Amino acid sequence: MLIAGKCHTFGNDIDTDAIIPARYLNTTDPGELARHCMEDADPTFARRVQAGEIIVAGKNFGCGSSREHAPVAIKAAGVAAVIAASFARIFYRNAINIGLPIFESPEAAAGIRAGDEVKIDAGKGEIVNLTRGETYPVAPFPPFMQELIAAGGLMPYVARKVKTGV
Amino acid sequence: MGMTITEKILAAHAGLDHVEPGQLINARVDLALGNDITAPLAIQEFKKLGMKKVFDPERVVLVPDHFTPAKDIKSADQAKVLREFAREQGLTNYFEIGRMGIEHCLLPEAGLVGPGDLVIGADSHTCTYGALGAFATGVGSTDLAAAMATGECWFKVPETILFRYHGKLQPWVGGKDLILYTIGRVGVDGARYMAMEFTGETIEALSMDGRFTMANMAIEAGGKNGIFPVDEKTLAYIQGRLKRDYHLYQSDPDARYNQEIDIDASKIELQVALPHLPENARSVREIGDIKIDQVVLGSCTNGRLEDLQVAAAILKGHKVHPEVRLIVIPGTQKIYAAALEAGLINVFIEAGAAVSTPTCGPCLGGHMGILARGERALATTNRNFVGRMGHPESEVYLAGPAVAAASAVKGRIAAPEEVV
Ligand code: SF4
Repeated sequence: MLIAGKCHTFGNDIDTDAIIPARYLNTTDPGELARHCMEDADPTFARRVQAGEIIVAGKNFGCGSSREHAPVAIKAAGVAAVIAASFARIFYRNAINIGLPIFESPEAAAGIRAGDEVKIDAGKGEIVNLTRGETYPVAPFPPFMQELIAAGGLMPYVARKVKTGV
Repeated sequence: MGMTITEKILAAHAGLDHVEPGQLINARVDLALGNDITAPLAIQEFKKLGMKKVFDPERVVLVPDHFTPAKDIKSADQAKVLREFAREQGLTNYFEIGRMGIEHCLLPEAGLVGPGDLVIGADSHTCTYGALGAFATGVGSTDLAAAMATGECWFKVPETILFRYHGKLQPWVGGKDLILYTIGRVGVDGARYMAMEFTGETIEALSMDGRFTMANMAIEAGGKNGIFPVDEKTLAYIQGRLKRDYHLYQSDPDARYNQEIDIDASKIELQVALPHLPENARSVREIGDIKIDQVVLGSCTNGRLEDLQVAAAILKGHKVHPEVRLIVIPGTQKIYAAALEAGLINVFIEAGAAVSTPTCGPCLGGHMGILARGERALATTNRNFVGRMGHPESEVYLAGPAVAAASAVKGRIAAPEEVV
């Protein structure tokens, strides 16, 4: 998996209320959720973000509620990937389950500045900062999660299992 | 090598004799829960799969509690998705307005969770049921959809942090203070991806309501689950409620822990968590003069009968401060009825509080008490993130029911000793 794009940076402990405030959760429409993506962390983000760009954050990204609306809003806003020093666990599994690429790399989170252009090479396990000429390691996914990602998320994976009975 | 209670429950549900932290497993779930925010997405995904029937209509639980009674047309549409799905699938555990409660108060009360169960819920505070010695954890809507279809869910076996609490609690100090203190100590990601096991003589002396409050906030330390050993109190609680078999597991003496943390609970004072993270816990005496506009007593953290009793004991014979709005939300219809019977609701109304039907309401900034720009609330809820209870420029302070009641009377964050 190769992803390249410009980065938007955020701090530590960005919670799901900041990613998509509960006041917008009376809908499941991805387009509508995308319009309020990251609103309580940066009210200008949803207007500024371009398709294919990347979110970079500190530790514990996505902490708080289990709302899948959070990765859905990010994905629907056109964000190609999220890089963080660490992810909260429900956000982590939700992102994998819906097929939003996420990468855990404390080094990348510390090194990347707003506006930097980076290239993520999941196969090689590295993130290259094209602006600064730096390379950061990224932990590979365990085989089971690679299978989930390759299937396109949890539902296609389950669909296959239900059909084939294995 | 011994196993922790969490590892044993996961192993049993995966059909394995032994599991290790880090291992990825597929496990059978005893119960799968959704609410009016998360279930509509799950139902959409379930239908896309082309599935006709859920794996077991008695084990899929739907509770419309967040934006209900419906706060607007969109919320009404969401709740309708649940209602229709429940009818079409013949779900025995769909709880309609008037018979419902906040999900995490309701499920244990209705006898739907027992010791040794594996429960997933598309709600992060599903970890509450760990108070009953169950493995319970929050997941997303897609996980719920897959579990409704297959009765299974994937897990990574977590490492466990063992917390041991010693000593007798000071007056008014309860489960909320223990857990806020603990989160203050380890931080909001201190138990990230780990099980939190709560033990010690302080815990043995703690009521079931106090244990539910603690387990509820395991997620606020990043925990995957919070879990308590089963004892006489647990068994007394499930007596007459639980309709299924249950299994007793306990951690082996040689179980392996990521960390063991000993806490002298006799020194813990009443806690308040400052905005905007639950880890900003301080003793109520340390925080100075903080004026408040609103107090919320309720939620899946502190909306149980004991919480209402504690608050009423302080409010009795007093009036809510003229510049404060006190909103009281019993966690379930049964709790509401018991509080009415015990005369607590009268105490609240005479003090000048608004008493609401069970709902999440203001806890997530949904309805029933949203904060305006610049307003400040003291709440017995579990999260004080930016914008959690309303305007992004409002503030939420977290505390237990004793501080909530005292603060409502004083108009500023206060300790109960200042009132009674
Ligand atoms: S009361 Fe608050 S924390 Fe509990 S389930 Fe409802 S919204 Fe979530």
